Amino acid sequence: MQKPSDIAHEMLVRMYRQMSLLREFDRRSVRLQRAGRIGTYPPLEGQEACQVASTLALRAQDFVVPTYRDYGAMMVHGVPMENILMYWNGRSEGCEIPHDVNVFPIAVPIATQLPHAAGLAWAAKLKKEDQVALGFFGDGASSEGDFHEAMNFAGVFKLPVVFFCENNQYAISVPFARQTATETIAQKAAAYGVTGLRVPGWDAVAIYRAVRDAVSRAAEGGGPTLIEALTYRYGPHTTSDDPTKYRPAGEAEAWRERDALHLLSQSLRTFGLWDDELETALAKEIDETIRSAIAIMESLGPVNPLHLFDHVYASLPKYLQRQRDTLLSELSADAIRTSLPKEPSQ
Amino acid sequence: MREMTLIQAVNDGLRTALADDSRVILLGEDIGKNGGVFRATEGLCEEFGEDRVVDTPLAEAGIIGASVGLAANGLIPVPEIQFMGFIYSGFEQIVSHVARLRMRSRGRFTVPMVIRVPYGGRIRAPELHSDSTETFFAHTPGLTVVSPSNPYDAKGLLLAAVKSPDPVLFLEPMHIYRAFRQSVPDEAYTVPIGEARVVKEGRHVTVITWGAMVRDVMDAVPKLEAQRGIELEVIDLRTLAPWDEDTVFASVRKTGRAVIVHEAVTNLGLGAELSARIHEHCILDLEAPVARVGGLDVPVPLFQLEDLHAPTYTRIERAIDKVLEF
Ligand SMILES: Cc1ncc(C[n+]2csc(CCOP(=O)(O)OP(=O)(O)O)c2C)c(N)n1
Repeated sequence: MQKPSDIAHEMLVRMYRQMSLLREFDRRSVRLQRAGRIGTYPPLEGQEACQVASTLALRAQDFVVPTYRDYGAMMVHGVPMENILMYWNGRSEGCEIPHDVNVFPIAVPIATQLPHAAGLAWAAKLKKEDQVALGFFGDGASSEGDFHEAMNFAGVFKLPVVFFCENNQYAISVPFARQTATETIAQKAAAYGVTGLRVPGWDAVAIYRAVRDAVSRAAEGGGPTLIEALTYRYGPHTTSDDPTKYRPAGEAEAWRERDALHLLSQSLRTFGLWDDELETALAKEIDETIRSAIAIMESLGPVNPLHLFDHVYASLPKYLQRQRDTLLSELSADAIRTSLPKEPSQ
Repeated sequence: MREMTLIQAVNDGLRTALADDSRVILLGEDIGKNGGVFRATEGLCEEFGEDRVVDTPLAEAGIIGASVGLAANGLIPVPEIQFMGFIYSGFEQIVSHVARLRMRSRGRFTVPMVIRVPYGGRIRAPELHSDSTETFFAHTPGLTVVSPSNPYDAKGLLLAAVKSPDPVLFLEPMHIYRAFRQSVPDEAYTVPIGEARVVKEGRHVTVITWGAMVRDVMDAVPKLEAQRGIELEVIDLRTLAPWDEDTVFASVRKTGRAVIVHEAVTNLGLGAELSARIHEHCILDLEAPVARVGGLDVPVPLFQLEDLHAPTYTRIERAIDKVLEF
């Protein structure tokens, strides 16, 4: 790689540091799941450049609109790591998003977040505020109606939105070729009057440039962009999935040969921006960051049952207030019962 | 006869249906090579080929909408929706077309299909994977909604659904997919749609439930009976729409007391309809107002609190006491 003249050195280093953090976070999260310390977890290893380089190209005022696999992008844009862990640990505190952080909640139903990205961008346009929305999705999501409706709205209303497809080749077990008869996702943009392009998902610099340019075009009234990044998830879809059932042996290893993190590390070293000493210091820092996030998650104790009723409505309707009171009395009844013979199991 | 879990019985039922009738076609996300995320279709693609067990693009409106066309043109589609929380983009197709095509075409077109959907909570799944929104569908005229509570009924109801001239929503309780085994005949058999099952006879209170909660209720029965010196009659509704009034009313007329237990949120859950109709038809036989035990009226929470959302032993116990002590 040529030393980029259009990207600050600090930014290149920042990208690398964030990508390294995500990779380690991901590996530890998988281990936490295996040890029963968090619940089902969707690994992102392989997709670090897609999430980090794209999000670093945003301004603080821009929106990140993620799926369940884009907690990496969420963290880069300001959601605390411990919140992500709490979410995968099945605690509602994990849904907390700091007030000054423009990140939407994780979307689980496929493609449903994309119209939201269009709407967030639309509001910015109507309010004449300089804000762009970056909506993430997978190749599978491009089969859903919501994807097409979002693209169409974005095109018709010329919205400042960037749709970012992490084409990791599979939707759970179903390969890309079963999602579309077109050669690329990017070419679908043409049908909606949206700018479309495809970038190598293993090239953080290319991703950064594509999103940076799309964001400035959007901010200047140039309308929406669809970016398709070719990438791969090395691991399973989630910790309850077995990819050996549907992926040829050796495929993941072949993708590792052009691993984004490795490639960026090599480039930084060639440019004289990185060395072993920095790497050792980074590893230590990452270890401490992740340990402290895990410690926060695990220091919380049992989940407060009354969280069930929080934020369902702005204020609790009467019948829910009654249910909440009943729940409280049940809980104390249960406390008394623990000294009696054991309850039938559920 | 083989001992099977509920999910194995579903698999066996699907295999039987595919083997018995060449019009049957399975379609859905990850059902082919992967055998389904819960393994309901394990081995079927290998056995019957990719044209009959089809991995589709990720699109619920497409899966159900295309099934309308497949069914109207002579096939018997059995679409799988991966989780109930993901059926909603196909909801339009279900309520506007699947449920109404017979009526809208004066019988010219019919859509015999079986939409299979895992539902309910308490499997520690991520957000939105635990919905129990059977009411949306039971509320829709023209649809038949069934839910087995054990392996025997799972295979028999599934085969009855495949034979049904009307579209059937087949709700599979994930919580008990692998909870226990039961003897299931190797051959084809049907469990009639529209008939509830009296799981256990009793004289004092009728408990009406379905799906995964049947097991919770049956687990609670010995202790409740022993402590209160009563006998509970337990009814597994099995068909949620249109449900078996004869069995329910006869039981309530005998016991004079009814408690309905379901996982769906209480507000406007099926329990509300059951309760209303029991009051309308059996008021003079009732010793106490019908009691409902449903999920709390809030969205199913992230997994650490999900057991508290569903009916707990304490809540079932309180409802029984309420109808006894009225
Ligand atoms: C509407 C809907 N249908 C099905 C699912 C189950 N599901 C979860 S992830 C997934 C595959 C998604 O693939 P893709 O969009 O390519 O994203 P990736 O997981 O590869 O990041 C499926 C089918 C869901 N979450 N939502």
